[in-house]
Amino acid sequence: MDSKNILIKVNQLYKIFGDGDKSALDLVKDGMGKDELLEKSNCVLGLNNINLNIKKGKIQVVMGLSGSGKSTLIRHLNRLIEPTSGEILFNNTNILNLNSKELIQFRQNNMSMVFQKFALFPHKTVLQNVGYGLAIQNIPKNEWSYKAQKWIKRVGLDGYETYYPGQLSGGMQQRVGLARALATDAEILLMDEAFSALDPLIRSEMQNILLDLQNELHKTIIFITHDLDEALKIGDRIAILRDGSMVQDSDPQEIIMNPADEYVSDFIKDINRARVIQAKSIMTLTNTKSSGATVKEDMVLEDILQIMSDAPSKPVTIENAKGKITGKIEMVNLIEGMKRPKSLGTNITG
Amino acid sequence: MDWFFNFPDMSRSDLREFKKTVDFAFTDFSRTYGQGIEEFFEPLLMFLVWFEKLFINTPWPVIILSILLIAWIGSRSILIVVGTFISFMLIGYFGMWEDTMSTLAIILVATFLCIAIGIPLGIAMARSNKVQAAIVPVLDVMQTIPSFVYLIPVVMLLGIGKVPGLIAVCIYAIPPIVRLTNLGIRLVDKDVLEAADSFGANYWQKLFGVQMPLALPTIFAGVNQTIMMALAMVVIASMIGVKGLGLPVLRAISNQYLALGLMNGLAIVILAIIFDRVTQKFGLRMQKYRNEGKD
Repeated sequence: MDSKNILIKVNQLYKIFGDGDKSALDLVKDGMGKDELLEKSNCVLGLNNINLNIKKGKIQVVMGLSGSGKSTLIRHLNRLIEPTSGEILFNNTNILNLNSKELIQFRQNNMSMVFQKFALFPHKTVLQNVGYGLAIQNIPKNEWSYKAQKWIKRVGLDGYETYYPGQLSGGMQQRVGLARALATDAEILLMDEAFSALDPLIRSEMQNILLDLQNELHKTIIFITHDLDEALKIGDRIAILRDGSMVQDSDPQEIIMNPADEYVSDFIKDINRARVIQAKSIMTLTNTKSSGATVKEDMVLEDILQIMSDAPSKPVTIENAKGKITGKIEMVNLIEGMKRPKSLGTNITG
Repeated sequence: MDWFFNFPDMSRSDLREFKKTVDFAFTDFSRTYGQGIEEFFEPLLMFLVWFEKLFINTPWPVIILSILLIAWIGSRSILIVVGTFISFMLIGYFGMWEDTMSTLAIILVATFLCIAIGIPLGIAMARSNKVQAAIVPVLDVMQTIPSFVYLIPVVMLLGIGKVPGLIAVCIYAIPPIVRLTNLGIRLVDKDVLEAADSFGANYWQKLFGVQMPLALPTIFAGVNQTIMMALAMVVIASMIGVKGLGLPVLRAISNQYLALGLMNGLAIVILAIIFDRVTQKFGLRMQKYRNEGKD
């Protein structure tokens, strides 16, 4: 991996909640699991030897069930939670070595956060909420309100500047939360289950807003979610946590095609494979043109099926983003790709 | 088996000695430091006297107009303003104007003192569990100890007069504001504080920008309670030389003057109701943002 593109590097991060966490740390390093640790030393294992490289300008998704430590992990990145041991490098400075003044500087300039329950300031207007990160840096009011205004417009809340958060719907509140995080121009955006509290339609709308913004801004985003569809939709890379340990960290396609263990398999069991697996994951490598239509590498199987149904016997040609032919797919590959791998069970009902 | 039926208490002479020791120790203390303490409170006394004179010497129409204005600013309710007007006209008509002004003056000063001391104390309690653990028992004592008991040392130290009266009122009235400031700050949503943290707010920015504004309605409930309790102390404070509506009540009790007692007692009640309604309405208006739904 190209190491100069890595913006945040998490090395051997451990977090143990409870008294006597230092002695518990040794137990964990000797391989004690979460349940046993709780029984033996009354400490809760939050994070267990997390190693993660987060690339600049990409969306890194961290996924896991509740209690898997994903919210704990994201709060380590801006030190809302202090680790028990380990290091977090940002541009080669260890964030954990910052003193409280430097930490405040770091939070003001380099990272901003969007919260699951919005966490807006109920006593401040939309404009004041969005401008908050700038206002506390003692930036003059006309300057921060101008910037805040711009972001309010960008998330589509034009005209709501003087409203209080309590007067807005959930989706609108999270737009305020997003605008507040973007207003500081921080390079890194932490999103802690930012869209989980929204209903499905609004959630999908917010995901699109985020992707639109990302196309334009190229921020480094760490996105926490428990929803695999969401992770696949927006993630450039997905890390899966279980009981505080990292189970898999890879390309989204890789997770579906090669789940690391049963836990990950369980996660991907119920997804619509035809809608997420892309051509490049199942194609046969070749650089000669086939008899059927030509499609892009990242087209999902469902769409290819649509095309192939006109001429089932003709394999389609696959080309990469630059138009170079990279492979072909036959109908039988397509069926094979959509079929659930044996390891995931048959799950046939009725 | 004597100890089983009779409590093995201290002998009478020992007990007498013990009480004497305590009394003498405190008398010595007040002889040595009484003067200094009195001088320390001198500016407060001057201010109290000046403030009371201001209330009494200002022509009554000016006072009524100012009170009505404050009631309007606080409550924005015509009903309360009209009620206040009628109440004060009645108080004046029944010859209690001057006493009412004295009471108003001492209540306002007591409330101001309680706020000035109580809110910072509440903030300190909210910041640290240790401070909270230390202050809560003191507040418990202040609220439950019969007020006559702490009147004794106060009078021994400072004699009879306005300042000891004021101190007695403050001891009785300060606990609610301290408690509710602490509670209000502690009840502020943790998520919101985390958000402030994540944007790099420092302690003071969090305190004055997030915690205090969100705790304000609770703090204001504390101010309201403090005023109510200060009013309740007016009669007892009059026993140690505080002028005002309490003094006629005291006289009425000792001489069985029913009408006098009722009139002055009701005047205190009226003051209490006006203070309560105005501050409550004001408190409600401060949290307007909470009550407006999205539709």
